[in-house]
Amino acid sequence: MQPFTTLTAIAAPLVEADVDTDIIYPARFLTITEKKGLGRYAFHDRRYDGQGRELADFVLNRDPWRHAGILVAGPNFGCGSSREQAPWAILDLGIRCIIAPSFGEIFRGNCYRNGMLPVIVGDADHAALLSDANAGARLHVDLSARTITRPDGSTIAIAIDDGKRDALLNGWDEVMGILNLYAGTIDRYERDRRTRLPWLTR
Amino acid sequence: MPFTLYDKLWNSHVVAEEEGGISLLYIDRAMLHEVSSPQAFAALREKGLKVRNPGAFLAVADHSVPTRHRDRPIADPQARAQVELLALNSNDFGIDMIGLDDPRQGIVHVTGPEQGFTLPGLTLVCGDSHTATHGAFGTLAFGIGSGECESVLATQVLRLTKARTLRVNVHGDLPPGVGAKDIILAVVGKLGSNGAIGHAIEYAGPAIRALTMEGRMTLCNMSIEAGSRTGLVAPDEVTFAWLEGRPLAPKGADWDAAVAHWRTLPSDESAVFDREIDIDATKLVPQVSWGTSPDQVADVTGRVPDPAGAGDAETAAKMTKALSYMGLTPGMPVRDIVVGHVFIGSCTNGRIEDLRIAARVLKDRRIADGVQALVVPGSKAVKSQAEAEGLDAIFRAAGFEWREPGCSLCVAMNDDRLPPGARCASTSNRNFEGRQGQGARTHLMGPAMAAASAIAGHIADPRDYLGEA
Repeated sequence: MQPFTTLTAIAAPLVEADVDTDIIYPARFLTITEKKGLGRYAFHDRRYDGQGRELADFVLNRDPWRHAGILVAGPNFGCGSSREQAPWAILDLGIRCIIAPSFGEIFRGNCYRNGMLPVIVGDADHAALLSDANAGARLHVDLSARTITRPDGSTIAIAIDDGKRDALLNGWDEVMGILNLYAGTIDRYERDRRTRLPWLTR
Repeated sequence: MPFTLYDKLWNSHVVAEEEGGISLLYIDRAMLHEVSSPQAFAALREKGLKVRNPGAFLAVADHSVPTRHRDRPIADPQARAQVELLALNSNDFGIDMIGLDDPRQGIVHVTGPEQGFTLPGLTLVCGDSHTATHGAFGTLAFGIGSGECESVLATQVLRLTKARTLRVNVHGDLPPGVGAKDIILAVVGKLGSNGAIGHAIEYAGPAIRALTMEGRMTLCNMSIEAGSRTGLVAPDEVTFAWLEGRPLAPKGADWDAAVAHWRTLPSDESAVFDREIDIDATKLVPQVSWGTSPDQVADVTGRVPDPAGAGDAETAAKMTKALSYMGLTPGMPVRDIVVGHVFIGSCTNGRIEDLRIAARVLKDRRIADGVQALVVPGSKAVKSQAEAEGLDAIFRAAGFEWREPGCSLCVAMNDDRLPPGARCASTSNRNFEGRQGQGARTHLMGPAMAAASAIAGHIADPRDYLGEA
């Protein structure tokens, strides 16, 4: 996993509520079994018309947001399905940080595992960051300092627990990390569980 | 100290605790399907890892499988490759795979319970957000991404934060013609699409106790539509009776020991929930969605709402966008909404009871001219049972197509896909933009209403049809 340390990038405003995983990654592309190169399908039916032409009113088709590295989204962003193709596709567009008042839970969890930073902010901070995004401004995200710096120099705090932050900062692989730290603990738990609930072993 | 059902399930699966409220949760079982597993297996290969406990997994293809011509190879080469990859991965890693020609094949959330793979007191995950379905058995079940699938395959644990608890109390008895789908649509409408984020829901109360297992699965299935990964119903005699004798359920003395354990699971009487909401079942009317988010629901006897009456600007904007996509006028009666397609099936409503009640509505009737209607049983077992009861004949005589099991028009990954602008009365779980095909419009409802709407050619009150039966 690519570490996430700092990011200075244009933020794109995508304010509508409940941008679901079908909007982010339409189901008809789910037969693809790769996880790389999915950016072309991100927000596909918002970005392109039936003939594959760009729709001019979609924010990521307009300058300067075409080059956005951050998304300022509306509430419940990424609600719906568990498809990890949603964060993979957004990541492939070059967007590594999404800021929203709330997220679909599975989507948010999937982001962390892909070196992406989902940030939950309150209404006032959301409004401020949205105005920066609308103005085409760059935001500076510093995960180590847990801050988002606005163009006027003011900062907004990033709420994230230490474990997730350390994993992102270091680009730790979740699976290898668990195996290194806990293989024996899991063995002991399993032995104990088999003793307590012998009927469970098929 | 009194505990909730969720507390008991959670606490008994904690392998280790880390700082910041993170737990390593043991995962007893997982179901795998063709869409969310390939990247997980690829990662295992890349890292040279084995599957820790192959017996904990059950694989079955459902999302991209065709519902016609199952005697031939899958026509779509990409879907065929995806299904073949699931078989290859399962074989290479020693996992039991239910093939397309296996009599156990079906949608993961229909097949798992049918086989007794789903049991009370366990943790169960799947790379699918509707995994909460299994919570109907008092199983801590939730949807995960592909990366988390990789974790479970390799380690049998997930790093998670415990959710807050939310009890949904459904009081009184359901009126005739109102079912589990109506309860959950009303709950999602009340909570909102993000209302239960961070919460584990327990459904409780007399109306829930009175539901069959099929109804409880319908209920728990759509918990994610209110933002919750987990929906639970406490196991009881209904649960035990349904599970006894299932192929993978414990047998003999093991069964007795299991049931004794399962009886300890229900929430203690004095357990405290972080939140509670109350629903009066006696006042429920059949529910139907009008918008593009599953919380946008109305009584079938009601009208399409007006954004002008919304409490806040954000809700009004969401409503306006939905009305525009759905091509509806505020204030119009819900029953004036004309439908051209009807879909009965999915992990929400593809079980035998769903087909029975739809068939009861359809018996000796014909669907309206111009309506295309489809029944996709949730599994081969459901299909065989329905055929044994003669339900397939009723559906066919009414003008429905009778298909092979799969997710079909709930996710529109296979060739069951609606054209732009098409409007569908659907027993599935999501009415998102493009969910049943690019530009297609979905109205969520229970199976009786879907059948009634097929006959009427517009959204119809199932009680007008069930009463005459």
